[in-house]
Amino acid sequence: MDSASSDLPRRRPLRSSAADGVKIVIVGGFGVGKTTMVRSVSEIRPLSTEEVMTQAGAGVDHNVGAPEKTTTTVAFDFGRISLDERMILYLFGAPGQERFWFLWDQLFAGTLGVVVLVDTRRLADSWYAIDRLEHHGTPFIVARNRFEPLAHDLGDVRSALDLSAGVPLVDCDARRRESAKEVLIALVDHLHTLSAAREASP
Amino acid sequence: MNPRDVADEDPDRLYTVTGGRSRADGHGLDLVTLIVSESAPAAGSQSEHVRILRICRDPTSVVELSSELALPVSVVKILLTDLIDTGRASARHPSSAGDPLPDTEFLRKVLVGLRKL
Ligand SMILES: Nc1nc2c(ncn2[C@@H]2O[C@H](COP(=O)(O)OP(=O)(O)O)[C@@H](O)[C@H]2O)c(=O)[nH]1
Ligand SMILES: [Mg+2]
Repeated sequence: MDSASSDLPRRRPLRSSAADGVKIVIVGGFGVGKTTMVRSVSEIRPLSTEEVMTQAGAGVDHNVGAPEKTTTTVAFDFGRISLDERMILYLFGAPGQERFWFLWDQLFAGTLGVVVLVDTRRLADSWYAIDRLEHHGTPFIVARNRFEPLAHDLGDVRSALDLSAGVPLVDCDARRRESAKEVLIALVDHLHTLSAAREASP
Repeated sequence: MNPRDVADEDPDRLYTVTGGRSRADGHGLDLVTLIVSESAPAAGSQSEHVRILRICRDPTSVVELSSELALPVSVVKILLTDLIDTGRASARHPSSAGDPLPDTEFLRKVLVGLRKL
């Protein structure tokens, strides 16, 4: 059932020919299975890090001491897949909450596409992320992580999320490598379709 | 590393590490830009620089460096800018970073790689 994640190496150097990094982001609420999905397909044990954005507060500080500063900190984890001699895919698991989107441009600009991972027991957790992605024009698919018991069919999920017909919706078990791999393929297939349509248009 | 380690980082330490600078957009470094050392660490180098140059004997992404050094991504970018400016390290930039939707040929290569998993 589970991937042999504990066997994954922590540090595993890339080949010297590695030259082209590619990003895919998995967003979703807490506990939806983002890290699990990254671990299922990654060639390294998922690592985590964070980004901090500090903005000087506007206006005059009436208190004594240093000027006011607002700090936004977002933690995320990631894994890695060597696609070929040159291309390295990085998979990021990122929270979908509001403050995270402050850092979207700084962190994930130029991302290939996004997987929105949802848990049908808490669909509302993903509304905000889907909204932002649509607004942003970032291509994405939705993957429903199969927690037991299964209460809804995918059609229900599509209407509950108010997904447009063009957005693929797939089922997965984030714990299984094959299943997580199929989700990534579904996303890149979708991107390929979009790209082919663009190339075909005059 | 635990993410908390960075969150609880003493701001003074970050200030010291970066020499007080706060922005590093100069080289357009991305999370997935791969960094490669071009020289061995010189004696007396800043310890973070020494660590980066050791790790980057093999190509290493900015985000992996951030995780390994337990420093926020933006701080790592500042450190890297110093190394790249002085020719001690070089950057391999992602080919698709500027384009929101790459061409079909590029995407086909990604698909081939994924199917081999
Ligand atoms: N039953 C079931 N449990 C899962 C599945 N995916 C993840 N989990 C469990 O749900 C918990 C939260 O998963 P995690 O990946 O840490 O969520 P994250 O917060 O989105 O990164 C963990 O205990 C996982 O083992 C799944 O498909 N089915
Ligand atoms: Mg997680």
